[in-house]
Amino acid sequence: MASHTITPPSAAPHADEALQHHFESPEQQKDASTIGMWVFLVTEVMFFGGMFLAYFVYRQWYPAAFASASNNTSLWIGATNTTVLICSSLTMAMAVHFASLGKQKLIIVFLLLTLMLGGTFLGVKAYEYHDKWVRHEVPGHNFDCRDEAGKPCVDAGHTPLFFALYFGMTGLHATHMIVGAVIILVLIRNARKGLYTPAWYTPVELFGLYWHFVDIVWIFLFPLFYLIDRSGALK
Amino acid sequence: MITATLPEKPKKNYINATEGLKSWLLTYDHKRIAILYLLGVTFFFFLGGLFAVLIRLELATPAGDLVDSNTYNKFFTMHGIIMVFLFLIPSIPAVMGNFLIPLMIGAKDVAFPRLNLLSWYIYMIGGCFVLTVLFFGGVDTGWTFYTPFSTSYSNGYVIASGMGIFIAGFSSILTGLNFIVTIHRMRAPGLTWFRLPLFIWAHYATSMIQVLGTPVIAVTLLLLVLERGLHIGFFDPAYGGDPVLFQHMFWFYSHPAVYIMILPSMGVVTEIITTFSSKKPFGYTFIAFSSVAIAVFGFIVWGHHLFVSGQSVYAGMVFSILSYVVAIPSAIKVFNWTATMYKGAVRLTTPMLYAMGFIGLFTIGGLTGLFLASLGMDVHLTDTYFVIAHFHYVMVGGAIMGFLGGIHYWWPKIFGKMYNETWSKLSAVIVFIGFNLTFFPQFLLGYMGMPRRYHAYPPEFQVLNVLSSAGASILGVGYLLPFCYLLWSLKYGPDAPPNPWGATTLEWQTASPPPTENFPVTPVVTQEAYTYTTEEVVHVG
Amino acid sequence: MASHVAETDSTKHSHSGGEHHIVPKRVYFAVFFALIVLTWVTTFVSRVDLGRWNIFVALAIAIFKASLVVLFFMHIWYSTRLTKMIVCCSVFWLILMLFITMTDIWTRGWMGVPGR
Repeated sequence: MASHTITPPSAAPHADEALQHHFESPEQQKDASTIGMWVFLVTEVMFFGGMFLAYFVYRQWYPAAFASASNNTSLWIGATNTTVLICSSLTMAMAVHFASLGKQKLIIVFLLLTLMLGGTFLGVKAYEYHDKWVRHEVPGHNFDCRDEAGKPCVDAGHTPLFFALYFGMTGLHATHMIVGAVIILVLIRNARKGLYTPAWYTPVELFGLYWHFVDIVWIFLFPLFYLIDRSGALK
Repeated sequence: MITATLPEKPKKNYINATEGLKSWLLTYDHKRIAILYLLGVTFFFFLGGLFAVLIRLELATPAGDLVDSNTYNKFFTMHGIIMVFLFLIPSIPAVMGNFLIPLMIGAKDVAFPRLNLLSWYIYMIGGCFVLTVLFFGGVDTGWTFYTPFSTSYSNGYVIASGMGIFIAGFSSILTGLNFIVTIHRMRAPGLTWFRLPLFIWAHYATSMIQVLGTPVIAVTLLLLVLERGLHIGFFDPAYGGDPVLFQHMFWFYSHPAVYIMILPSMGVVTEIITTFSSKKPFGYTFIAFSSVAIAVFGFIVWGHHLFVSGQSVYAGMVFSILSYVVAIPSAIKVFNWTATMYKGAVRLTTPMLYAMGFIGLFTIGGLTGLFLASLGMDVHLTDTYFVIAHFHYVMVGGAIMGFLGGIHYWWPKIFGKMYNETWSKLSAVIVFIGFNLTFFPQFLLGYMGMPRRYHAYPPEFQVLNVLSSAGASILGVGYLLPFCYLLWSLKYGPDAPPNPWGATTLEWQTASPPPTENFPVTPVVTQEAYTYTTEEVVHVG
Repeated sequence: MASHVAETDSTKHSHSGGEHHIVPKRVYFAVFFALIVLTWVTTFVSRVDLGRWNIFVALAIAIFKASLVVLFFMHIWYSTRLTKMIVCCSVFWLILMLFITMTDIWTRGWMGVPGR
């Protein structure tokens, strides 16, 4: 009477074991998982979006302060770090690609590369944070924004807003990367056990979506924090 | 078609399938998780109600003589936080949505059962944060946490409260995510979108809001906590920050949140009205699309909470017009429910009493919302008891009546027992009377100028306040009674048949209580959800 | 049971095909190359004075880069209609939130009412 699909026997035993009892077929399970991941990314868009909102409001009101404060970030470090992160996106895409092809060793290689590139990014960010701390650009008690010549930043009274958003947004981004790094470690462990096959490599693929999303956030953070008035026109 | 009989009641159902506390606390079964949520929300409902009692006790006399103003501030803050975030937001989706959505679509479970269990734990952890705040002395900022009071001046536990709500919010997000994927991908063969019960449409719309809106309040609270804890000023005027920005971000979620609270209730009401009129809903498509319309339009009206805060007048005008527009889909539903009952074979069972009460009270609440949506009138009415009466009419007269109606409607399905109809009808009437006595005077008080969030008031307002407090005690009785007779029915009530009400949706085509796998065989659907034939099938089984 | 006649379960898994497509490596490398080039383009363009237009150019480049990542690294180009719709919804809602809030910010003071 009921006509749910009879699941055709799958070549890889792992696929059947991975099929959870409430799904009718591996395709349904994978489809559902993928949609679930995308819905989660929607929530992440709105989560970061709130801070983007605050950024746009305050940049609208205090353009000079934002420009002046932005010039205190290092353009070349920012651009290089962006490059590093884009490389990690490529290596992540490669890891997913090789997972779909069942190339076990290459999965691990590219996951490791992604981890290393992500770690490099975080290391550079740590250096930048430390640098800002030393230069009194962390909002709070000792805040004192000055340019290279030692002069106070333009509209210095409003520059704490820039830095609050800088630390808030890049900090949230970095937190997401740290979580991602931990998950990569888990994926590497599982890959070494041979868990991922062309029939079932969903965790790798879904994590790839997460990692690319984190990359996209940075693609926007870079121009918004590092590239304001670099021509010096506002000075 | 409605099955006339099933073979003798199967011995194994989801309740007795496995035994032991661990089997409940580590369950993946959506039905058991729904029960876990029911325990949680019931606890928080009564805790929030306790603060309501304290508020009404204080307000029975004009002088601030029960507690001082700081303590009173904590009363209404805790009442608001607990009722909004720990009761109303999760209530129907997490309890009834979780239990019924897979059953109504012929699935074995939701798409992500483990995530579902995690959602419950996250909810309980968030609740524990709030309990801890309570234990250590509470927070006094109002559930709205407006800056700069919350960031700079409050002496309450703002950070812990913010974190508790942040955490509980993730429970809401994950539930919404689960439902969206479930409804898209786990429907039984033949169950197309327009054959879905309207309860499902309501929850789909609710889940959209949960997924799109909750992250914004999460980030808002995060910024609040960072500002208060690390003194990194996001909203601090000393650095040029804007407290109104906090309000924008807060209400971007919190207005759609009220639709999270009401849409599921509307879904329940549709099911109840349909069943107890033995008639398919009038205008199925309109009801379905109006649910989605409410969800979408609900996101573009939040500025009506900022009319007097310093938002630009131009933006206020636009938000005002949009707030009128958002009332239209709700009105459509009221017309459809009424038309469904017209010439139907109406049976005044307890769920039906609650549903009918919902229609009346929600209409009053919704119409008074239009008074507030009018920019000019809002200047007079904002921050008065008019606002309080308005939102209690929609949230208590609306959402909670729907919740209670749903509990009574699906109680036989969930627990396999019938409750005593006399006591339940009596309670429904007591709730209705108590509710109106509590909150109708508050419209008058607000119109006459009594401000909200004050523990003392001019003596000329006392009569109405005493009426309100008296009503609250009656309402309290009305809420305590179901607690008693429903629990009593678990042990002493008669066994429930699979379909005691003669309903047509899928959940009634399986045993009461259902087996763990929901359906022995996956159903195949060939017709729309509500097919009542002219020969009514009533009290089947 | 709910009905008697068996039907195909076409409603259930009608869109599972999107995920099986294997994207050739050259697509990834092309996108990668474009992303790197655009990163350095936006960096150098920021040092040119375009007045008001600097931010628009920077955002336009960022949007284009993000689109490449979404379409190809995240496979949206090859995915189901539902997934595409979900992505569009998220962008739409983000813009909704930004735009409507900014209408308040932009119009403060327009009506000549003090403080608004």
